[in-house]
Amino acid sequence: MRHIISILLENEPGALSRVTGLFAQRGYNIETLTVAPTEDETLSRLTMTTTGDDRKIEQITKQLNKLIEVVKLVDLSEGPHIERELMLIKVKAIGAQRAEIKRTADIFRGQIVDVSPSVYTIQLTGTTDKLEAFIESIGPGCVLETVRTGVSGIARGEKVLSL
Amino acid sequence: MELMSGGDMLVRALHESGVEYIYGYPGGSLLHVYDAVYRQSAVKHVLVRHEQAAAHMADGYARATGKPGVVMVTSGPGATNTITGIATAFTDSIPMVVITGQVMSHLIGDDAFQETDMLGVSRPIVKHSFAVRRPEDIPEIVAKAFYIASTGRPGPVVIDIPKDMTMPNERYEYVYPKKIKMRSYTPPQRGHSGQIKKAVELLLAAKRPVIYSGGGVIIDGSSDKLRALVDRLNFPCTNTLMGLGAYPGTGERFLGMLGMHGSYEANMAMHNADVVIAIGARFDDRVTNATNKFCPDAKIIHVDIDPSSISKTIIADVPIVGPVGAVLDEMMALLDEAGETPDAEALETWWKQINEWRERHGGRYEKNDSQLMKPQEVIEAMWTATKGDAFITSDVGQHQMFAAQYYKFDKPNRWMGFGFPAAMGIKMNFPDDMVVCVTGEGSIQMNIQELSTCLQYGIPVKILCLNNGSLGMVRQWQDMNYEGRHSHSYMESLPDFVKLVEAYGHVGIRVTERDQLPQALEDTFGKYNDRLVFLDVAVDETEHVYPMQVPTGSMRDMWLSKTERT
Repeated sequence: MRHIISILLENEPGALSRVTGLFAQRGYNIETLTVAPTEDETLSRLTMTTTGDDRKIEQITKQLNKLIEVVKLVDLSEGPHIERELMLIKVKAIGAQRAEIKRTADIFRGQIVDVSPSVYTIQLTGTTDKLEAFIESIGPGCVLETVRTGVSGIARGEKVLSL
Repeated sequence: MELMSGGDMLVRALHESGVEYIYGYPGGSLLHVYDAVYRQSAVKHVLVRHEQAAAHMADGYARATGKPGVVMVTSGPGATNTITGIATAFTDSIPMVVITGQVMSHLIGDDAFQETDMLGVSRPIVKHSFAVRRPEDIPEIVAKAFYIASTGRPGPVVIDIPKDMTMPNERYEYVYPKKIKMRSYTPPQRGHSGQIKKAVELLLAAKRPVIYSGGGVIIDGSSDKLRALVDRLNFPCTNTLMGLGAYPGTGERFLGMLGMHGSYEANMAMHNADVVIAIGARFDDRVTNATNKFCPDAKIIHVDIDPSSISKTIIADVPIVGPVGAVLDEMMALLDEAGETPDAEALETWWKQINEWRERHGGRYEKNDSQLMKPQEVIEAMWTATKGDAFITSDVGQHQMFAAQYYKFDKPNRWMGFGFPAAMGIKMNFPDDMVVCVTGEGSIQMNIQELSTCLQYGIPVKILCLNNGSLGMVRQWQDMNYEGRHSHSYMESLPDFVKLVEAYGHVGIRVTERDQLPQALEDTFGKYNDRLVFLDVAVDETEHVYPMQVPTGSMRDMWLSKTERT
């Protein structure tokens, strides 16, 4: 099963390499990884998605918690949460296709952020499934390039991951 | 306000952290620090002949004293040479602080002379590591390193110091923190009371219990508490390799070591148990054999300070995260409170069964009248000669297993799973105790250069070399699984060890026949008590270590000799 693990990490050089190194060293798989500083400059917030059965995920969270620089950790998929990913996608847009792609982008609430005579660059935000559905809808054949941020997530309601 | 250079701060902070010895080897990036070492006398430095030995010596020191061992080496090759020693300490949860020099900060990343990314190289085998970026941070980093290395599940911590952090003419305020508090690191202080209560209930209801204890008991200094629990419950106790000595090896309730080369009775008891309590042990693959066949009828209680050890390979029915000592205290208190005792009748039947197993396979190896000795009898003779009271270190292989099986450890912190340098680290701190390194002619050559260090500092350890002229454990596997094709397990052109050690200024004794051994042992521990003695004993090269678990089998599936299987 897919899990979204969210971590507050000491914002120090080398901290990220300990997290990614742990996954390589123990044979765990990282599907997506996003990391950025938080409002507290001493902390980074890191979100990763990984897959495995309950036992494996338990080991992953325990091993992550052992890293000295991991301050707090939560498996967001254990409760209600919001997950978002941002994608920038360049698609071939010529002739009649241009209007069709624009319409599809509107349906998915995407924005065309750059235009050239034959190419649209579209920005799209949503769950991983939604981004994939968009690619499916416009037809993978006209996709020239995609770049995705990886999943970011936050718990719903009052629950907060902070010190 | 006291102003100091980074180099002086480092040495001062080591002293304040309780360091007596640094094991190390100087080099370019550490010259300022070595000058600071020279200008003081509070912290002593031991110059090794190879950096790997420094790490192993620090490790031996840590195992025997319970305090972190300290290693100091230069950048690049100096640092990378310590890797095996650091990995050993990491695997065995040994507190260690490794200070590595680094090239000047402005050169980092330029592939400078003797530059290696030591933090990157060591990352998978350290508990934590630090890079010094400002000289004034040195005291705090050192204090944190010792705190992290020695608390919770101990382990090695690396501090990488660029040369410009230690400049003699740049001085900063020295502030050593009174107390270390880290928001992201809080080792557990006690176990969960509800879980401990559940465990005690299970123990009291057990009919075929086994107490399986590991290195965690020794590291926590809780052998007395373990002994009290075993004796109070009248339960059988088995130890892992790391845990030998936690329960007395000569004790009635001791089953011997368990696992791949564990005793017949220990492995049989584990397989047939209905309750197994693992204390400071981690269900290593050398213990469990096939995990899906492990202890089929047992409820598992697992006490460990490291949550990631629990339910990693064997799922625990009652997991308890906490320091062994605190958990054992709480268990004893609950037993006192309950005033109950285990089912005496069931235990009597269980002990009867265990004693039958003991009798069925008690001899363990066949003695013969030939003058060529079996390695096991050499260990037994050494046990008698040292009255069972020596510190024993070993390397890895048959000799290690023979030492673990046939030297009955009655005290904790007396058995170290590896090497000559470890023996040196122990002897320097316990000069009045006997320290014996049991080794083989293959293993000893890996760090034999340290004979020179022993001469320099007067470290009279005893080296007992079980010389079978081959890499015994490799050969055994080749005999068992490769139809006796001894691919590169045969040591041709061995040196004359007696001459070799004499060249280093020590005593060498060669024993080729059984009749010579008693006198040789007497001389080793008597006449030459204050000298390093290398006892080179020829043993039967065809001997195998038994019992040996059959791969992919359960705990009880063992070879008992070359022809006999359970």
